[in-house]
Amino acid sequence: MAMAARIIDVHKHYVLKGGITVRALRGVSIDFPEGDFVAIMGTSGSGKSTLLNLLGCLDRATTGQYILAGQDVSQLDDDELSDIRSRYLGFIFQSYNLIAQLTVVENIELPLSYQGNVSREARQRCLDMAEMVGLGERLDHRPFQLSGGQQQRVAIARALVNNPRVILADEPTGNLDSATGEEIMQMLEALNAAGKTIIMVTHEPDIAARAHRTLRMRDGLLEQHSPDAAIT
Amino acid sequence: MADPADRVAADRKFPTAFTRSAKGFGAWLFSGEGSGLGSKVWQTLRLGLKSLLLHKLRSGLAILGILIGVTAVIWLVAMGEGVSYQAQQQIKDLGANNIIIRSTKPPADAMRGGGFVIAYGLLRDDYERIVENVPTLTQVVPMREITREARYVDNVTDVQLVGCTAKYREMNNLHMARGRFLTDQDMAEGVNVCVLGDQTAKTLFPYQDPIGEFVQIEDAFYVVVGQTQNRTASAGIGGSMAAKDYNSDIYIPLSTLRARIGDLVITSRAGSREGEQVELSQITVTVRDLEQVDQTADIIRTLLEKFHPVTDYAIVVPKELLRQAQVLQMMFNLLLVLIAGIALLVGGIGIMNIMLATVTERTREIGIRRALGAKQRDIVSQFLSETIVLSATGGLLGVFLGFLCRPAIVGTRAVMTQIFPDVMSSLPPNIRQLEPRLAAWSIIAAFMISVGVGVLFGLYPARRAARMDPIEALRHE
Ligand SMILES: Nc1ncnc2c1ncn2[C@@H]1O[C@H](COP(=O)(O)OP(=O)(O)OP(=O)(O)O)[C@@H](O)[C@H]1O
Ligand SMILES: [Mg+2]
Repeated sequence: MAMAARIIDVHKHYVLKGGITVRALRGVSIDFPEGDFVAIMGTSGSGKSTLLNLLGCLDRATTGQYILAGQDVSQLDDDELSDIRSRYLGFIFQSYNLIAQLTVVENIELPLSYQGNVSREARQRCLDMAEMVGLGERLDHRPFQLSGGQQQRVAIARALVNNPRVILADEPTGNLDSATGEEIMQMLEALNAAGKTIIMVTHEPDIAARAHRTLRMRDGLLEQHSPDAAIT
Repeated sequence: MADPADRVAADRKFPTAFTRSAKGFGAWLFSGEGSGLGSKVWQTLRLGLKSLLLHKLRSGLAILGILIGVTAVIWLVAMGEGVSYQAQQQIKDLGANNIIIRSTKPPADAMRGGGFVIAYGLLRDDYERIVENVPTLTQVVPMREITREARYVDNVTDVQLVGCTAKYREMNNLHMARGRFLTDQDMAEGVNVCVLGDQTAKTLFPYQDPIGEFVQIEDAFYVVVGQTQNRTASAGIGGSMAAKDYNSDIYIPLSTLRARIGDLVITSRAGSREGEQVELSQITVTVRDLEQVDQTADIIRTLLEKFHPVTDYAIVVPKELLRQAQVLQMMFNLLLVLIAGIALLVGGIGIMNIMLATVTERTREIGIRRALGAKQRDIVSQFLSETIVLSATGGLLGVFLGFLCRPAIVGTRAVMTQIFPDVMSSLPPNIRQLEPRLAAWSIIAAFMISVGVGVLFGLYPARRAARMDPIEALRHE
């Protein structure tokens, strides 16, 4: 099966001002096949966010390899990483992270515009995405005019607009009530059913249970693999 | 919710290799598939404008800083140009090719001649010597002027009685309103003819044509043969050139003046009588080539020095004065540019201050944009475009206010004259008659500098924004 992403023996060290080294990741290797839906769990400070940041090309590993869509991206420079984020990755954050002064459609447009794609087709794709997440009527609304669930749906549309290889979600339902969280989870499941690879960090076991498998982290290491039962 | 599966499946194919972005900034700036040239620039500027409109007061104040700077530059330069244009025009009226040699009264202890009569100034021999010895001249015009009373029937007025030759008219840009000017024949024959200045004619002959009438000066009568048009007075320059008001002149042939009035002028003052003997008040020469003016002035100076042990004359070279005026103007402009530079610097610091606050405030937005694929230069251009929008808006408004310079000054002057007529009339004419002259270079320079200030002072905050760690920025509250 084709791999969407692989990380091989990744270490991440933070050197603090006093010269103390924090080992946030201490040799993590994981494969993410195409169409995977993974939940990452673990205690606070175990390195979940650090791992997700590496997967999201927002940061570089101290040592180890990261292969995204068959390319080693662990040695790329800042510009190249930016390019990869805009082309191959989609982000969903706990606090939505929409840009306040932009409208719904302008927010959705951002990844494409940073690819330099401001064509009419790009515009149309943004409209389709907004339609898909059920906000086709609210294109010109600003984030503060939307509910939390609606904002998160805009964020999902934005994460999808560049047709990413991998969608990274850091506690996507963390700020939502359970009914709205359920809506978002259904949306993620539908995307996964359509073939999208999703990697999700969560604290909630019943949210994690919606994924195909759960990875547990502890002290910068992967604790165990849940059986890959769901991937068949 | 609609099933996204079919839409997602319809997405474009995933390219196998990453395209390394090696495009230059310019290429990036104007790229954009299927869109018009510069649409990205436009989009960036539009975004900048949008962000600025979120903080109207703050942006307005930043704009004000630049606006004041730009307006100040344009106004100051316009006024400076106005003043110096006036001065240069007055000097040009004297003729750039001319050299003016005037008699000046030397200090009392250095006089030649004894008794109560003092003799000084240019001699008729000087005139002859100049005509004979200076080869570069096209004309030499001698002149003698004294103040006299002129009378026609019951009308009496003080006039400048100017004894001169036929060429005097052309040399001083006098135009005839009526009749003719003096001729060489008048000069040769020493006849009693005269030409009236505009004001003189109006005073002596308020209701009639003066031509053919007789004007009395001392005990002689002169037939009027012409009248000159009104001519604006020439400026006094330094101490050597008094201002000359041509309108209250009466012109008679130099030979006639010598015969009728002579060189000696006696003035009675407080019981004591004082006599001055002056042969010529002024000799004006015209040099053939402009390049020879300085050299010719030196020749004349050397020539006169030989026969005048006491310096009782002054040589005025309008070309030299013009050059000095231009140098002065240049220094003045430099000073203005300095002041303007300071004003714009202050405006620039204001902009930088505001942009630093904006960048801090929008740290999270920067993190989001970076996560979504913005490169560092995208962030730089985003914030830079905001400062450019700010400073260019300030610049444009400043240019607009700059154009109001003239009406504002003319209007203020009119109002001031109405309210404080005394104060206004006590001002020197250079200020009273000041016409600001908008200088194209100052408008262009002021605008360009304002945009430059925006770029310069925007660059640091923009780079600071771009260099933020995306993860830290995303965590920012
Ligand atoms: N920028 C940093 N500088 C120094 N240490 C860091 C930095 N980022 C993370 N760490 C450290 O790395 C370890 C892992 O942090 P990480 O944020 O990945 O934990 P987490 O699993 O996401 O925790 P939580 O569930 O609380 O979000 C922690 O000990 C943290 O203090
Ligand atoms: Mg975390």
